[in-house]
Amino acid sequence: MGMTMSQKILAHHAGLKEVKAGQLIEAKLDMVLGNDITSPVAINVFEDNGACGVFDNTKISLVMDHFTPNKDIKAAEQCAKVRRFADKYDIANYFDVGEMGIEHCLLPEKGLVGPGNLCIGADSHTCTYGALGAFSTGVGSTDMAAAMITGKAWFKVPSAIKFVLTGKPSKYVSGKDVILHIIGMIGVDGALYQSMEFAGDGLKYLSMDDRFCIANMAIEAGAKNGIFPVDDFTREYVKNRYNGEVLEFTADDDAVYEKTYTIDLSTLRPTVSFPHLPENTKTIDEVGSIKVDQVVIGSCTNGRISDLRIAAEILKDKKIAKGVRCIVFPGTQNIWLEAMHEGLFDIFVKAGAVVSTPTCGPCLGGHMGILAKGERCISTTNRNFVGRMGHVESEVYLASPAVAAASAITGYISNPEKI
Amino acid sequence: MNLNASGTVFKYGDNVDTDVIIPARYLNTSSHAELAAHCMEDIDKEFVSKVKQGDIIVGEKNFGCGSSREHAPIAIQAAGVSCVIACTFARIFYRNAINIGLPILECPEAAKEIKSGDRVSVDFQTGIITNETTGKTYQAEPFPEFIQNIIAKGGLLNSIK
Ligand code: SF4
Repeated sequence: MGMTMSQKILAHHAGLKEVKAGQLIEAKLDMVLGNDITSPVAINVFEDNGACGVFDNTKISLVMDHFTPNKDIKAAEQCAKVRRFADKYDIANYFDVGEMGIEHCLLPEKGLVGPGNLCIGADSHTCTYGALGAFSTGVGSTDMAAAMITGKAWFKVPSAIKFVLTGKPSKYVSGKDVILHIIGMIGVDGALYQSMEFAGDGLKYLSMDDRFCIANMAIEAGAKNGIFPVDDFTREYVKNRYNGEVLEFTADDDAVYEKTYTIDLSTLRPTVSFPHLPENTKTIDEVGSIKVDQVVIGSCTNGRISDLRIAAEILKDKKIAKGVRCIVFPGTQNIWLEAMHEGLFDIFVKAGAVVSTPTCGPCLGGHMGILAKGERCISTTNRNFVGRMGHVESEVYLASPAVAAASAITGYISNPEKI
Repeated sequence: MNLNASGTVFKYGDNVDTDVIIPARYLNTSSHAELAAHCMEDIDKEFVSKVKQGDIIVGEKNFGCGSSREHAPIAIQAAGVSCVIACTFARIFYRNAINIGLPILECPEAAKEIKSGDRVSVDFQTGIITNETTGKTYQAEPFPEFIQNIIAKGGLLNSIK
């Protein structure tokens, strides 16, 4: 029986010829990730267990991104704890203020993950690296602690759903619209415990940034991972970044998929998720009149350079509507520099937006843009759960950078095609 | 881990996410007691004042969806909850609960029929759930052997020693 791409990567890392959906395996990891929220819990577990060393100090990444630059004393203590741990065990990939970025923008950019890798991260959006043709999934802090000690993790081999993407999307339909459309179609548990494998000739219209965004939100459909085949876009992206061996796995022709969906990208419309679940999607033509108080452009979903470019293209020579706060969060220090050199910050600031240092900030209701009772935000982030960005009676609408930027100008959720 | 649980049920619906189980504004700590003090706050303000040691949470589908924060099952466990029953669990929550030794059971029939305030008991070895209020029993999916082994050893870290 044929294997899916995800199953092949798992089999390879478990040292097995073949694996089947449902099988429990133990596999070797190429990268173990944690952040300033999940690492302190993992370090507690690590220390309580009396562990005296890590399996490989080059295969652990610790990224201080959620509440940094530290928002309060408790957050500072959490980071200090991780910093001490990184010093003690000589963790090569420890990233703090000045060199950090939002973890899922940072790791691919630094070449810390590559095609064919098996990665786990104590952060649910670790599934982002599936864009590179890696098997990558989010776990908890205890898994992270165990993995830092042994370099291994247990997995239940997932079955898969195949998404065949065809056709060319229109100008303002991005990776974000593709994944919001899919989540709207299959629901927030539509791929529970499964892999989402992407295929089809429409992939040639999806840039790496689009793919990172799509793989990032696989978890929002309940998936274990999302994964893209390795092609020229991937090879080009990893060329001068990733030093490891590039392993290109492809799904067998007779791989078994529980379901296959074919999506013609040319028929998709800019899409918005209404509160309080990512599956509550409407196309931009159906949203009606929704006034917003805040616009957030950034995060591990849409904080990459092409996201900032499209937002700037729309905001150029325009003004943000009175009464709307627009906050831009570049994903990493490099993206920040690139955006600055391209003059994007001039455009944002002249329009009346603010530009932040890279941080998760408001995405999880951490800091730098919390919502008051009754306020509404349109955001390029990935979750719109109750209270996600502040008060339990505030609302988050999810959309692409183009829709967010257009909405910033009008003060209402707006169609970028009409700006 | 106790082999049995019994307590009063707190019942919730579909997609109880990790942001309502423990809001991100409290994630600047990893203290179990502090996390427990805010457990379920954004979905049920009275939960923390009403919950007693041994009580049981019942949700419907996709319980624990959202972030990977282990703070969510930790908050539930530290609040005194002995077991969570749901139709389905989000996968990271499922892993985390097993890894920290919080018993969770998937049983759609029980999860749908059990109501808030019912007295329920659970036998983890057999997977039998008894609703003592209505007298009805349910058979939950037992854990695969691999996972039973992790639980028997008292969590993931003990199992890799
Ligand atoms: S940007 Fe948001 S979703 Fe991404 S890692 Fe940070 S908090 Fe999580």
